[in-house]
Amino acid sequence: MSVAGSSGQWEVVIGLEVHSQLATKSKIFSGASTAYGAEPNTQACLVSLGYPGVLPVLNEEVVRMAALFGLAVNATVAPRSVFARKNYFYPDLPKGYQISQFELPIVEHGEMTITDADGNEKRIGITRAHLEEDAGKSIHEGLDTSSGIDLNRAGTPLLEIVSEPDLRSAKEAVAYLRKIHTIVRYLGISDGNMQEGSFRCDANVSVRPMGQEELGTRAEIKNLNSFRFIEKAINFEVERQIERIEDGGTIVQETRLYDSDKDETRSMRSKEEANDYRYFPDPDLLPVEISDEYIEAVRATMPELPAAKEARFVSDYDLREDDAGILTASRSLADYFESVVSAADANPQIAANWVIGDLAGALNRDGLDISDSKIPADALAGLVNRIHDDTISGKIAKQVFEAMWNGEGSADDVIDAKGLKQITDSSAIEAVVDKVISENPGQVAEYKAGKDKLIGFFVGKVMQETKGQANPGQVNQILKDKLS
Amino acid sequence: MALHTQSLAELAAGLRNGDFTSVELTESMLARIAAHNEKLNAFITVTADDALAAAAGADAARAAGKGGALNGLPIIHKDIFCTQGVKTSCGSKMLENFISPYDATVVENLANAGAIMLGKTNMDEFAMGSSNETSYFGPVHNPWDLECSPGGSSGGSSASIAARLAPGATATDTGGSIRQPAALTGTVGFKPTYGRVSRYGMIAFASSLDQAGTITRSAEDAAMMMSAMAGFDAKDSTSIDEPVPDYAAELGGSVEGLRVGIVRQHFDDGLDAATGERVKEAITQLESMGASTVEVDLPNIDMSVPTYYVVAPAECSSNMSRFDGVRFGHRASDPKDLLDLYCRSRGEGFGDEVKRRIMTGAYVLSAGYYDAYYLKAQQVRQLIADDFKKAFADVDVIAGPTAPAPAFRLGDKVDDPIQMYLNDIYTIGANLAGLPAISVPCGFVNDMPVGLHLVGSHFAEGTLLRCAHQYQQHTDFHKACPEGFE
Repeated sequence: MSVAGSSGQWEVVIGLEVHSQLATKSKIFSGASTAYGAEPNTQACLVSLGYPGVLPVLNEEVVRMAALFGLAVNATVAPRSVFARKNYFYPDLPKGYQISQFELPIVEHGEMTITDADGNEKRIGITRAHLEEDAGKSIHEGLDTSSGIDLNRAGTPLLEIVSEPDLRSAKEAVAYLRKIHTIVRYLGISDGNMQEGSFRCDANVSVRPMGQEELGTRAEIKNLNSFRFIEKAINFEVERQIERIEDGGTIVQETRLYDSDKDETRSMRSKEEANDYRYFPDPDLLPVEISDEYIEAVRATMPELPAAKEARFVSDYDLREDDAGILTASRSLADYFESVVSAADANPQIAANWVIGDLAGALNRDGLDISDSKIPADALAGLVNRIHDDTISGKIAKQVFEAMWNGEGSADDVIDAKGLKQITDSSAIEAVVDKVISENPGQVAEYKAGKDKLIGFFVGKVMQETKGQANPGQVNQILKDKLS
Repeated sequence: MALHTQSLAELAAGLRNGDFTSVELTESMLARIAAHNEKLNAFITVTADDALAAAAGADAARAAGKGGALNGLPIIHKDIFCTQGVKTSCGSKMLENFISPYDATVVENLANAGAIMLGKTNMDEFAMGSSNETSYFGPVHNPWDLECSPGGSSGGSSASIAARLAPGATATDTGGSIRQPAALTGTVGFKPTYGRVSRYGMIAFASSLDQAGTITRSAEDAAMMMSAMAGFDAKDSTSIDEPVPDYAAELGGSVEGLRVGIVRQHFDDGLDAATGERVKEAITQLESMGASTVEVDLPNIDMSVPTYYVVAPAECSSNMSRFDGVRFGHRASDPKDLLDLYCRSRGEGFGDEVKRRIMTGAYVLSAGYYDAYYLKAQQVRQLIADDFKKAFADVDVIAGPTAPAPAFRLGDKVDDPIQMYLNDIYTIGANLAGLPAISVPCGFVNDMPVGLHLVGSHFAEGTLLRCAHQYQQHTDFHKACPEGFE
């Protein structure tokens, strides 16, 4: 994978730092709530405010979540990890330091497999994942000359997941990020909500002439919070760096911000102005010690992960690989699909078609999540069953689906109420076929003269007469018999 | 018998017997404070009304057959402990107007046991100092000689106990801040094992060294207070989940067979000769009571002061960061921007010694210096802890001087930080190793008190208190009262 510049081919090197907010009820070092969207500072207890004399106490749930993540990405879960203080002054950082992990993180040496542009599997190294507390928020809007501080978010638990610089394009970066996003939601350790900032990332981007061993100077793009912006920001940055180098300039190691309105990255601060964070082990917290028994107990709770689930959907349900991939993109969608399959007699591919097709379309149209679907899984199974037992045709089923989506009851309710039951009585179909043949002598003659395509015309006429309720297979057979 | 001369144990008995009420006792102590505080400057805040109301409550509880082990007994708190609704200044301009919205666990535990808070005592700013001269509220005067320092940082607590303004005080000890002031005022200063008493609500100076304890006139009183103060606290991750023994019950028994270690380096040139004599006499006294002495070696103990003055400032520099003028404490007026708000709030709010330690600490943690200073100091700290561990394989306690000399005159060392720091040369080791230690009055040099320092192994509080108590049964140095405070 390379990018063409005016001077030749360039290789793009990207490493990502993902900040995933952990889905705990209370903060990482206090009992204050982590709920989103409360009035400013209503969820800021004395620990969140960094009052004199208060002390942090680790929320053990975050250890379990980090360990689960570590196991899910084949990483080492450290038997001993240490919280450290990262010292810097900022108004939304109440203590003047952030409690994070530095030299000894809880997770190290993991990996994630993505599919690259050529369709090949590619391994992306995960250097480490460490636990830390989030800072608060500075508010400038609506305040004239002053700034407001909201410390509701201060102390919210984060898992920072750092990749190796193994990614070679914006597309790969997004593919990796989607995988991480899927995994944390599968594990139930993060809601992955990017609008609310519970899943965001920093991208370290550099370029080097194709074939060069040494890495180029990198720029760090901060706080990217949508897959689309990440791709655009990286692509802009790659282009900017190549242009600059080819124009005889150099890249400065710096922090940059992506402006989505202008679709560009801008310098925030350079390394010369960077803080010396004076990290040291936090004396208020004991090292986190994790036993083998603990790790095994966490492993026992490991849910089936996307890759395994996808493979199982292909082997057990005979699904097309693409469909299995789509259905396992989120755990709730996969669970929904499996509920449909278990309640339906039909072949799973038909269930898959409905979930991926009409259901996904309706959800998308109404902006709903699968968990808020207006048609529960067992109801969709009911519809699939009526197709399977020939009560209705696939075409009529679409009409039934819409009625169900609009709250008109179960598939059977809709079919009964609208009289949509399929006509399978041969004599009734024969009568209609006879009528169609007698009314269209010209077409009959043409058909008999060899214009086979006209069969569609006759089928259409019959379906029209029966308002689409005749069994299409039977109509076909009877027509062919009578016209031969 | 006057109430102010009695120990906590005697006062508890008097209350039980109905000889006097808690209100009477509290009133008499408040009267002592009113009469004597002006010359000592030992209090930053006196909570007279609250104390009298609490005393009335304690009397009612006693009448109803209720009340904890310290019911109705007046005590004082070092102004480093957060007390709900009461100014908690930490001896600093930074917190001059800070009213704590919550109680420290120590404060809560003592209140639950029925103790009555009379007020908050003066201290070196943020507990950084060995003379009480760094306090924003002015130095405390030693009741034995008003021109001398009562030691620091818990000088307000030590002076008050020596002057009989209260029977018991809380204090904190990061490098000797309980024991050195106790030695310089002829009182008993007790620092338990690190983690024995919760640090929650105790404003942090150097978190890995800070430990709360007591200043009293007897080891027996220290035991009484400690039984109420100590114990696991879920709000402090470094507090230790071990049951708290009834320390008072461990005071009996003798020191027969007790092995007392003597560290050769503790009697070197740095020690005032007369002070050394008093300490040796005290050790002889212990021997006469049945203890044996053994010379022990602490090969790295000479490095304790430099080690401490890397580790403590490092932690201090980070702990002081929350005082930024944003949410509480001193805020500079009319800041022109954020940097100005930070610089002037901190520049105006902190005194010189605090600034000196913040700068030292920031330096030793800086990129490029961390390994040479902070990391190296932590390694030496481990060596010192190992030395103690080895020594305690052969002895039960280690005895020596608490401070190198009796109280010095106010102003004498204030311009020489190194001389000031050397005051803690014998006490710092126990903090670096997290060990319990006690200072007990053991005589006088030129009418100024001298302290005997005893260090125990982890959780050997009972042994230390017993040793100190038995020693006090055979001596009456702790009964001597400074002139003018009888």
